[in-house]
Amino acid sequence: MPGQTISEKIFSRAANKVVHAGEFVFASVDCAMANDITAPLAVQGFHDILAGQKEKKVWDSQKVVIVFDHQAPADSLNAANIHIMLRKFTKEQNIINYDVCEGICHQIMVEKGHVKPGDLVVGADSHTCTYGAVGAFATGIGSTDMASVLATGRLWFKVPHSIRFEISGRLPDRVYAKDVILHIIGDVGADGASYRACEYAGEVVKDMNISERMTMCNMAIEMGGKAGIVEPDKKTEAYLKECIPNFKLDSRWRSDEDANYIQRHEYDVSDLEPQVACPHNVDNIKNVSEVEGTKIDQIFIGSCTNGRFEDLKVVAEILGDNKIAEDVRVIIIPASRDEYMKALKAGFIETFIEAGAAVEAPCCGPCMGGSFGLLGDGEVGLATSNRNFRGRQGSAKAFVYLCSPATAAASAVKGKITDSRTI
Amino acid sequence: MDKGNVWKFGDDIDTDAIIPGRYLTINDPKELARHVFEGVRPEFAPNVAKGDIIVASKNFGCGSSREHAPLALKGAGIRCVIAKSFARIFFRNAINIGLPVLECKEADRISEGDALKIDFKKGIIENETKKEKYQVVSMPEFILEIIGSGGLVQYTRALIKTQKRG
Ligand code: SF4
Repeated sequence: MPGQTISEKIFSRAANKVVHAGEFVFASVDCAMANDITAPLAVQGFHDILAGQKEKKVWDSQKVVIVFDHQAPADSLNAANIHIMLRKFTKEQNIINYDVCEGICHQIMVEKGHVKPGDLVVGADSHTCTYGAVGAFATGIGSTDMASVLATGRLWFKVPHSIRFEISGRLPDRVYAKDVILHIIGDVGADGASYRACEYAGEVVKDMNISERMTMCNMAIEMGGKAGIVEPDKKTEAYLKECIPNFKLDSRWRSDEDANYIQRHEYDVSDLEPQVACPHNVDNIKNVSEVEGTKIDQIFIGSCTNGRFEDLKVVAEILGDNKIAEDVRVIIIPASRDEYMKALKAGFIETFIEAGAAVEAPCCGPCMGGSFGLLGDGEVGLATSNRNFRGRQGSAKAFVYLCSPATAAASAVKGKITDSRTI
Repeated sequence: MDKGNVWKFGDDIDTDAIIPGRYLTINDPKELARHVFEGVRPEFAPNVAKGDIIVASKNFGCGSSREHAPLALKGAGIRCVIAKSFARIFFRNAINIGLPVLECKEADRISEGDALKIDFKKGIIENETKKEKYQVVSMPEFILEIIGSGGLVQYTRALIKTQKRG
């Protein structure tokens, strides 16, 4: 019997039998998450499934988390009414509910300790893959999938093949996890990891903190990946000890030496430049030097990709006493209330406001173009989020570039795309 | 046999293109259908006819997990989506809500406006305009069962009846 990848091990536990990539399984999930965009259809489907049943309860109320973040605080009457319906549902069912003040679902799932190594987690949101940063197998599903999970706690999966990304070398100054993942996506393409688990390893990943690993795992979906995952280690343990009482790391959750990978990619990032994803695809990657000088109308710093304390710290350092350039507007949104509070106590929020940025309460903000901060016709946006599809952040006639918080901060000072190493 | 005319799309058609984020508070398929492809192909929604077929190249439906995307297509009367390959979550979602999705390696041979006849049972697409036939990539049995029962809701209902929950 060949060895197993960490993903195969997690599916083996959840399906209660030894499985390998390619097999179809019905597996029990450890936690399920939905947000204010996807939960309504899931709740409707849940009621449809249980129509005629006497008891209409979710399979395990303490394993279901519903977060209001995409249209929070309610930005329209529709959104307000959806929130009312969901609050009622979560109360009736005794489900864990984070209301409009708490932040982005993926940040909350990790920092509030809803996910741990070896867990199988599903979320009705494509960036659920973020939780691989703490060694869980976490994947995005649709609302009807979620309805079925709410009713039964189980779902069908195809155990994915894994791609191993070995990242070696030393990250140069002002080059970050975001640049690494953009570089990888540019290399393998928007469907280069379709249906695969993206396992990130190597000395650079070992050196990354949980926030950086979240950035890496978050964008696995941008190359089609079913999940991103990093083997849990001492850093994971130290992080989770803060979120989960009595947490202890189980050494089972690592890939075997002789595990099978469908592909292996190796990158030495010692000479990597800051990367920028250009309109209108995330795999349209260029070195910052190739797009430097591109005039920007709006900069958005935030999202589940790069809205954490560590990201805001880099932004604050680069902004320093500088003012934001004329003719550019900057919106900064911490990923959660906790991250906001940490940034506030560290004085970053003051730096941002002094510089001329608008700092908003934690939520998805302009990331999905469903809420405030939209781009108008012909405008150019630069964002630390994860998608730049046509129309994603407002007008289909707008252009969105994606980059690291450092590049975003430097560009805010100059009003055009700027290499942060030049200021 | 089911017949319909083709709307042709390229690679990497994402869920933001299918239905922009600002319409996601709408959950009614018919309402959603009024905005389908609004940003990228404004002529689509007013002209799409019941029974039309979408044909695309690789990675159709990439991006968000929003089920509003297949729902909007279903609401627009789209009979099925044929593509060289699909993004994973879109593929699941479409099956789960009963929108047929067919993976076909020869999808690129089909052009805008072609009339197609589809034999879902045999997995054969007949291009009446070009007088060609293409084979559809076959799906695992239990996925066919989900489609056969009309979607995941019905499938799970049946499952619950036979098992105890939990
Ligand atoms: S921040 Fe953006 S990518 Fe993340 S969950 Fe919100 S809308 Fe999705």
